[in-house]
Amino acid sequence: MTKQSSEPVQQVNKKIKRIVEALLFATEQPMSVAQLQAVFPELERPERVTIEAAVGALCDDYRSQAIGLHKVASGYRFQVKTDMAPWVARLFSEKPPKYSRALLETIAIIAYQQPVTRGDIEEIRGVSVSSQMIRTLLDREWIKVIAHKEVPGRPALYGTTRQFLDYFNLDSLDSMPPLEALQALALEGELDV
Amino acid sequence: MSAGVVTKERTVTAMVAGQPYLDLPEDLYIPPEALEIFLATFEGPLDLLLYLIRKQNLDIVNIPIAQITKQYMVYIEVMSNFQFELAAEYLLMAALLAEIKSRMLLPRQVNTEDDEEDPRAVLVRRLQEYERIKKAAEELNEIPRMERDIFLATIDTSSVSVHKPKPEVQLQDIVSALQGVLRRVDQLSHHTITKEVLSVRERMVAIMAKLEGCDSLLFARFFTYQEGRAGVVVAFLAILELSKAELIEILQAEPFDELSIRARVGVGND
Repeated sequence: MTKQSSEPVQQVNKKIKRIVEALLFATEQPMSVAQLQAVFPELERPERVTIEAAVGALCDDYRSQAIGLHKVASGYRFQVKTDMAPWVARLFSEKPPKYSRALLETIAIIAYQQPVTRGDIEEIRGVSVSSQMIRTLLDREWIKVIAHKEVPGRPALYGTTRQFLDYFNLDSLDSMPPLEALQALALEGELDV
Repeated sequence: MSAGVVTKERTVTAMVAGQPYLDLPEDLYIPPEALEIFLATFEGPLDLLLYLIRKQNLDIVNIPIAQITKQYMVYIEVMSNFQFELAAEYLLMAALLAEIKSRMLLPRQVNTEDDEEDPRAVLVRRLQEYERIKKAAEELNEIPRMERDIFLATIDTSSVSVHKPKPEVQLQDIVSALQGVLRRVDQLSHHTITKEVLSVRERMVAIMAKLEGCDSLLFARFFTYQEGRAGVVVAFLAILELSKAELIEILQAEPFDELSIRARVGVGND
């Protein structure tokens, strides 16, 4: 993580940089440093820092381009810069999918309070959670069953996945918008009815 | 309970606690057709309560329970008039509000060791919890996401010719695989005995018998036309066997000439 400080001048290997660039363009899934490393034959496999240096150099190269190298939870991927996204969106006649408030609230609860059971979600939202919605989230691979709570009925404990973070362009849960702090209660007696 | 129609005229909208309500709460003046849609936008009782609180700019941490309860009840009445299946959660909340309200009416015991929590506190906490999740969900909806704001930049790799080495298979592996299959087939097949119509051994004896007393005979003499193909094969095999056993000699006068068979000299001596 602290590669700048510990390794002041990591010589960028031009060839490896070109390979990394090609690999990242050729895959639709983000690629982690380990995955990039694994592509190389065992005997000529570059060090982690070499790959990281190559990625860093690529980031710099694309700084002024319309596409750029972006880090999300699963690794690095090339994507259209956000200021160009509206133009790309015009290419597609299909409207991007819209998510219901119920779904967004459910995924928000899972993301911020994980691991949670379905009961926890229902408690916060004050309504029952449909099996259909949990199914949809599981199918999209945004959530997964992390464990089962050791209480009667052993309900599933849900958590978010890396795919969820990838989808929302985040590289970790910490980069989610922070939750508002709860205000302190200021209840006053109220007897006039 | 029965008055259902909300019209511009002032009719009884709902009955709450035995009191007819002529007026809808100020922000509830919505035509009945729209009301159903309007109410469907709420994600549950907490959402509805929050709406009531926020619409009136009330302080969430100090909500006037009596006022909110009254308004909430009116909504419930109206909802039950239009939506036949009112979610149980709404009724549960109504019961909770009624409970809080009734507890508030009871004289408060000014007690230093007041371990009983203010009945509103639990509700307010839940409202706060819900509100911040609601906001978080709204923010989540705003942040850039794939398919809408994020587009991947990839290249088409279908034209890249990929050299995929075919797995190398030794002939020996194929043979042993075949042998394995055959062995299994053998084990699975029923053991049947079929009568050999034309026996090679029998033909061998016949050939030797025919050769006795003559110098040599043409190949064609050892089978008959009726025996057909099988006869030719059996005769040929018998001749090969005899030749292998060095009992006969196979002769050919010139290339492509018919084969003739001759008994070896000194047969029977060993």
